[in-house]
Amino acid sequence: MKDINISELERKFQEKIDKDIKIEPKDWMPDDYRQTLIRQISQHAHSEIVGMLPEGNWITRAPNLRRKAVLLAKVQDEAGHGLYLYSSVETLGANREETIDDLHSGKAKYSSIFNYPTVSWADMGAIGWLVDGAAIMNQVPLCRCSYGPYARAMVRVCKEESFHQRQGFEIMAQLAKGTPVQKEMAQDALNRFWWPSLMMFGPNDAESKHTAQSVKWKIKRHTNDELRQMFVDATVPQAELIGLTIPDKDLKFNEETGHYESGAINWDEFWEVVKGNGPCNKDRVDTRRKAKEDGMWVVEAANAYAEKRNRRKSA
Amino acid sequence: MSALFEYIIRLGDDSLILGHRMSEWCGHGPILEEDIAMTNIALDLVGQATSLLNYAGDVEGNGRDGDKLAFLRYDREYKNTLLVEQPNGDFGTTIMRQFLFDAYRKPLFEKLQNSADKQLSAIAEKSLKETKYHLKHSAEWVIRLGDGTEESHQRIQESLNTLWRYSSELFYTDEVDAELLSQGIITDIAEVRAEWEVTVKNVFEEATLHIPTNNWKQEGGRKGMHSENMGFILAELQYMQRAYPNMEW
Repeated sequence: MKDINISELERKFQEKIDKDIKIEPKDWMPDDYRQTLIRQISQHAHSEIVGMLPEGNWITRAPNLRRKAVLLAKVQDEAGHGLYLYSSVETLGANREETIDDLHSGKAKYSSIFNYPTVSWADMGAIGWLVDGAAIMNQVPLCRCSYGPYARAMVRVCKEESFHQRQGFEIMAQLAKGTPVQKEMAQDALNRFWWPSLMMFGPNDAESKHTAQSVKWKIKRHTNDELRQMFVDATVPQAELIGLTIPDKDLKFNEETGHYESGAINWDEFWEVVKGNGPCNKDRVDTRRKAKEDGMWVVEAANAYAEKRNRRKSA
Repeated sequence: MSALFEYIIRLGDDSLILGHRMSEWCGHGPILEEDIAMTNIALDLVGQATSLLNYAGDVEGNGRDGDKLAFLRYDREYKNTLLVEQPNGDFGTTIMRQFLFDAYRKPLFEKLQNSADKQLSAIAEKSLKETKYHLKHSAEWVIRLGDGTEESHQRIQESLNTLWRYSSELFYTDEVDAELLSQGIITDIAEVRAEWEVTVKNVFEEATLHIPTNNWKQEGGRKGMHSENMGFILAELQYMQRAYPNMEW
């Protein structure tokens, strides 16, 4: 009897999805759907928060007051995105602090791109242009994701990400038309961030274990390879416009398909970084863990004070 | 060098250096909400520094703009108080430094709104709005930490004990102030100090904190004589401009 009910619920659930009716927190949903979303949204939230570090690294060294203010505002936006996303995870019944502890224990993943170091000012340009650019490709379709709170959070996130992408491109364009040393700095950043940016879309479709189910549930609207292709097609002409060279000797434009064809991605490097062996994995997670541990006394104090105040009020 | 230039530099450098310190927290806050709040305060302070230093450049009339003043002076030419260059320490130390500063900045900007200098008055009016929020934020945290747990109480009392010696410099005056006072550009700092004392006393009372009885004072920043911290701040702040001179970013 119970089995029949569940399959009936599942049928109705899929019917809603097929009709593009949003799933809301109190609606019935299959456990796998819930778990997939908790995993995906919390990883997304962690990516925003860990992603503050490589850029935060350059705030105190920004080259002028305008760039400093823009970078501060940008990194602050990422914190804001993290906050919406953690709130969105909580609508699925997950606990924010527990998901954060999973990040700190290494159980939860975040975007591998943030495990690469930012070693020059041009990296602020490359991250905005390429990393936020890739994030937009991933996130615009998520504005139509079947889960309501996630879709709505993404609408706001995407608006801000498009500013981020433009400010990054603006930094790169400024460097590219600058002195030879500035142009070299920009090219070097592009060389280092190009391939990791392509890896941001995840493994090839044939290797991706989550794609098929997520597409059926309309959590995902495009496959990894489709999104990667959209990114390459959008970005290559931008590099040409500012006179930088994409570091891919096999890159060519296919007149027939109207798409750029890229060289082979080094998936060994991708999996190494995912496993924790990238240049900054340990630093990033240690830094986040330290922030939480160093802040515990503050949280305890705030809770203790709130309790005292409530007691005084009711007394 | 005109008194007005010198005065605006003092205000601008306080914002610049405290903004720098606050921005060091970005990505490292104790909780996400505070990370956002502190970054916001840093952003406001950098914005104030931009307005003030650009205006100082105009007053000087030698073609220096806010960026040149922010990034290309020698250490002795920065006129911020010693308080704002003190290291962040733990969250409580950062909050205490901010509170002592905000409690001074709020009445200062209130008075400067009536300045005979129109530009200074406009900057003060805009900055005051932000500063009121900063003071609300820092005062509330001083109270929470002071009247929170035993550990937080001890920590923030310790921060107060450390930073108290730098508070008197906020009210430093010399011939610069005397000249501007006579021109109606600023008001008597004693009025600002009186309000600061009331705010500090009330907040510390609610926070169950004790004002140190040791009145040992540390001053020097207003005359360009800084602590050892300043060189390290400038090494980071000026890094790009010094390493890659005369370039557009």
